[in-house]
Parts: sequence; C-alpha cells; structure tokens
Amino acid sequence: MAKPCIVLHGGRVIDPALSRDSISDVLISDGRVVAIEANLPPPAGATVIDARGWVVAPGLVDLHVHLREPGQEYKEDILSGTRAAAAGGFTTLCCMPNTVPVNDCRAVTELITRRAREAGLVHVLPVGAISQGLRGEALAEIGEMKDAGVVALSDDGKPVMNGELMRRALEYARTFGLPVVQHCEDSHLAAGGVMNEGPAATRAGLRGQPPAAESAMVARDLELLAWTGGRYHVAHVSTAASVRLVREAKRRGLAVTCEVTPHHLTLTDEACASYDTSTKCAPPLRSPSDREALREGLADGTIDCIATDHAPHAAQEKELEYDQAAFGMIGLETALSLGLRLVAEGVLTLPTLIERMTSGPARAFGLTAGSLRPGAPADLVAFDPVATGTVDRARFRSKSRNSPFHGWQLPGRVLMTLVDGQIVHEASRG
Amino acid sequence: MTPFRHRHVLGIAGWTREDILQVLDLAETFREISERPIKKVPTLRGRTVVNLFLEPSTRTRTSFEIAAKRLSADTINISDSTSSTVKGETLLDTARNLQAMRPDVIVLRHSASGASAFIAQQVDAAVINAGDGLHEHPTQALLDCATIRKHKRPGATDLAGVTVAICGDIAHSRVARSDVLALCTLGAKVRVAAPRTMLPVGIEALGAEVHDRIEPAIAEADVVMMLRIQKERASGPGLFPNTREYSRYFGLGSRAAALLKEDAIIMHPGPINRGVEIDPAVADGPRSVILDQVTQGVAVRMALLYLVGGGFQEL
Repeated sequence: MAKPCIVLHGGRVIDPALSRDSISDVLISDGRVVAIEANLPPPAGATVIDARGWVVAPGLVDLHVHLREPGQEYKEDILSGTRAAAAGGFTTLCCMPNTVPVNDCRAVTELITRRAREAGLVHVLPVGAISQGLRGEALAEIGEMKDAGVVALSDDGKPVMNGELMRRALEYARTFGLPVVQHCEDSHLAAGGVMNEGPAATRAGLRGQPPAAESAMVARDLELLAWTGGRYHVAHVSTAASVRLVREAKRRGLAVTCEVTPHHLTLTDEACASYDTSTKCAPPLRSPSDREALREGLADGTIDCIATDHAPHAAQEKELEYDQAAFGMIGLETALSLGLRLVAEGVLTLPTLIERMTSGPARAFGLTAGSLRPGAPADLVAFDPVATGTVDRARFRSKSRNSPFHGWQLPGRVLMTLVDGQIVHEASRG
Repeated sequence: MTPFRHRHVLGIAGWTREDILQVLDLAETFREISERPIKKVPTLRGRTVVNLFLEPSTRTRTSFEIAAKRLSADTINISDSTSSTVKGETLLDTARNLQAMRPDVIVLRHSASGASAFIAQQVDAAVINAGDGLHEHPTQALLDCATIRKHKRPGATDLAGVTVAICGDIAHSRVARSDVLALCTLGAKVRVAAPRTMLPVGIEALGAEVHDRIEPAIAEADVVMMLRIQKERASGPGLFPNTREYSRYFGLGSRAAALLKEDAIIMHPGPINRGVEIDPAVADGPRSVILDQVTQGVAVRMALLYLVGGGFQEL
C-alpha cells in the first residue's frame, strides 16, 4: 500500500544540513521528502496539514538511550521507549548494549532490530558492546554485529579501564568502520562517589567523584586515538576539562566527536543537595563552571550533539537513600524543551540547537538521518517553539518516572512526529 | 661461480636482488638431487651442521636436516627439551660450548628476535637464522620466492609483475617480515591484510600495501599466502573476538576463495590451523602449493648450506 501524500503547509522549516531556515511547504510522498518550497501546489489527494506557526525540522536523532530490552522490561521496553521518543520529537535512536543479555553478538542485535521493527515507531540503531559481556576483557564479535546493523560500539555504563583493550577496540573497530564510544570514568577515581566532588558534595556529606575521573580517561583515549587512527566519541561529556581536551584534539585533526546531555547543560551539583535521587546520574551533575563550559562547547561546535542518555529506572531503584539509588535519569520527553530553554536563555540559536539534535549526531556516527534533503526518508518533527507547559511525570510515555524536571515550566511542545512519512506522534488538540 | 656475499644468513634485510637470485638459481640445480634414487652428493662431506632449535619446529628442522644430509654433512639436532637451556644455561654459553666442538654451520631457531645475530657475533661457524622471534625467517622467504617463481614466473629471473597478498597475523609473523622484504626486492607487488590489531605499526615502510580486510587484498592477486594466528606470542585482551569471527572475516574460506583469480596459487608457511585461517577444502584444493613449498624448502636450504658452509664447486 502506498503511503499517503502529505503537505506540511507554511511552517518555518529549519534544516541545518541544508542551511535552510524559511517559511516553506514540505511535500512528502511514499514515505520520502519530495520537495521543500514556498507555496507548493498540493498534489491531488494530498493531505494538507496547516503548519503555520510551527517549526518543522528533521526528526531528532539521539545517539544515547537505554531501551532496557531485552532483560529489564520492567524499566522500559522498545515499544514504550520508542513511544517516548516519538512524543519527544525523536525519529532515530541509538540504543546502548547494556541489556540482559548484553548486546555483544549478532543474535541480540537482531532481536533488538526485530523488536523495533515490530514496534514500528522510530528507527532504532543498536550500539554493540566493545567487550564480551561488558567485562572489559576480550573484544566482542564486532564484525558480526556490524553486519547485523550496529552503528557504533560502547561498553557504556562500564568504562573501558584497560588501556590495551581500548587500543585494540579502536583498531578493530576501525577495521569495520565503526566509531568507539567511551563512557569516560576512571573507575578507581570514581569509586564510591555518588555526585560531583566539590563544595556541594562536601555540604551534602555525599561522597564525590572528581572531575578528573572523567577527563583523565578522555586524555588517555585521545592519545590512543592519535596512535591508532579510527573514530572515537566521548559519551556525555560533563566537565570543562573534557571539553578543553576534545577541543584541542579536534584542532589536532583527530577524528573525535562528543555529546552532552540536556541535564548536564541545565542542572548543577547544587541540585543533588536535595537528596532527590532523580538527580543522581553518571557522570554526575557538575559544578556551575563545568556547566558553563559545556554550554560554550555546544555553541562553538566542540560538542557535536545533544544526547539524552535516557536511562529509565523503576521506582524501587530510585526511592532509596541517595547512596543506594541507581544512576541515571530519563530524557527523551524533555530534551527538546530543555534545548529550547537554552535558546530562550541565549546560549545558542534555534537553528544551532536543531543542528546539535539532528545532523550533528548523525555526522558523529556516520548516519544518513538528520536531514530533509529531497529523497531522504520523511523523518521529521513539528513543534511549537513558544508554547510553555509543565512537565508532568505522570504523563510520560516512558515506563519510568525518574526525571528531575517534574513540575518544571518549559517552552516547546512537540505537535507531530513523522517517521518514513507516517505520523507516529500527534499532540492532542487544545 | 660468484662468491656469496654473506657469511651468515641472518635475515633478508640487507640482501640485494642478486643475493636472493643467487640462492634461488643454485636451489634449482639442487632440486634435482632430491629426485634421484640415491639422494646424496658428497659436497659437504666432513662438515658439521648443528641444528639448534630452541622453539618447536617440525618442518624447518627436518628440512635443514635432510638438506644437510643430502649434501653429506654430519648433522646434530638439539631441541629445546634436549638442550642445557632447560638446566638454566644461557644462549651465549650454549653457543660457546658448541663452538668449542668446531661446527661449520649453526642453524638457530629461537623465540627471541635478534638471537641469531647475537650468536653470529660469538662463534666462528656460519649462522643460519631458522626463525628468530618476530624478526625474520629468511629461509622461509627464500623458499617462498622459489615456489612463486616456479609457479608464476617459470623461466624468468625475478618476480616482477607478480602480486602477492599475505593475510593473517602479520604483527607476530617473522615470515611476513622476511617475505615482504624478499618479494619487494624481487620486484613483486606485496599486499598485507589483517584486522588492524594484527598490522604492526610501520609495516608499509617495508614496502607492502596495507589492507584491513582480506577481500581487496586477495582480489587480482597472483599469490595468496595465509598465516597462522600466533596465539603463543599474543598477550593481553586479545587481537580479535574469537576464531569463529576471525575465520569468517579474515580466513580463506570458500566465500573468500571465490574472489581469487582463476590461476592464483595459495601458500601457507605452516603449521596450518584448519578451519581458522584457511578452510580444509582450500588448503587441499587444486590451487594450493603448500606442500610444494616444503619441497622447495629442502633445495633452498641445500643451496644456503652450500653457500655458507664451504661446499665444493663440483656437485
């Protein structure tokens, strides 16, 4: 059955990959973008959607989510996670391999892609494990996983502490054309820490993780990258030092990219003083000066993209003493609004924000997503950039509720998300 | 006959095209001896060849012993388990003691790179390197050249125009190093292919074209040489996930073999790990010259023993 012909009429179309920011119509047919022009005459039989006052952009791309399936479906599953993604304006997700069992072989990769196809909402591109079982000992079956569809490699959640394994991973991944994504955290330096080390941790009496736990590993890996070649991506940078190291490495011409989370751009370690366990995450929320460096890095392009690190946890894993609670927070349904809040604060322009959530991440992993160029799959988001709303965790599509932004007044409302020309999310009217 | 320029055979590095061709040409004249009913000539009568093999070997040790015996030399074999190194003797002391017994040639196989060069400085005998660590295995390279010349350039002098793909654990292979040097010196085009974990840094400086997948390396190649994974020399987290994935992407199975030129030949220095770097059907198939390499090995080693062991001109 041919997919419907749709015209999004009169929206502000922003596609940084095409350097486009103009009031235009978007013609979609057979699941693909056909044309973007002002005042396109709609073909006979086309559904015309009035997009006046909306921003129409490529569907958002998130390089870092935890969909928890297989194995931890009580936290999230591929269906609930992709529903949350569609509601947040995301059309492509890269899901991390720390499932049960770990995605370290073809069979698990194929299971994830099949389940995502069955869910039928957004594109799910699995990230394969670097090491077998995330144990940090021996390389996983990287070639086989690449053939099964993984787009990157990571032991996310578990840093690759063994420098030789990291070196071999960079070399072996290069052989198969995959980027290596590192959760930078020296586990000896970070051991026992539940928040950022600094005055806030001292006041709260919580054990801190020094910022160097992250940047020391970034520095080591960049030296390895310089020696091996290959492609390297720093997951969720959180410190000023990490941003500086990546900036210098890019200047040296290394093939390094990095991402930052909406929560590290928004919150600081002061938020942990409430002992609200939804603020507990890895890497931890950092100091105000780190947050400032992250914002600068995002604006100047040192940081390639925003990625949510959407990390669902069940209530029983969070309703605990701060020391005992699980690390991580969800983010798919608040990311765009938190980004628009940065735009409102003047941290970056709206087109730059969209770049950092579409073509920026796509480029980092070498994905074809993130642009509305004619012929591309019609993956797009339409949102109202000014309407404000109150974050209500009871309304999340995610199975989990661990968001520190519950009750926040935030700008932006996702009105419609299309994947391959099909509407996968539509805001209720009114 | 031109005198041979080298007193020892320590490596191909430093050898000229003429040095290599001298060995190959002489080996051709020796090849016929092994086809005779009485496979023996008196050339090295009264000479003593010590095979000092301090690392496991079947092919190379036997090949040297047969080569020496067919030239009528007296041969003594010392292997790891029969040597005093197991009693804690150093290589230097072993060499000095052997020297005291006045051998003419010492053939050394050792796990340490540079061992042959070290011994060569300490003894009067000629030293032939039968494989030292990750460094060189010159006699293997020479027999590989002889095999390639016989099959791909019959009647010609050098290997100009021949493309050779060497695939596998290049990082740990002394055969690869010697082969790259010898083949390039003879004008062949050499490609090496391995996952990047098995490509030693700077291998291109030896003259090889570097590939990280075998498909582009073996396509249009006249010769494909597969190497064993040298597990005994690897350490740490490993250079590949497991043999299953390795054989799928880097082994010469039927899928990869289908990419070969019709008349390509397949070589392997041995020992073969069947089902890992090469499928049994390919190793035993019509394009395989693996056993002919072994035959060439005897002739090449006869030539080398003759050249450095002080043989007579008459055969």
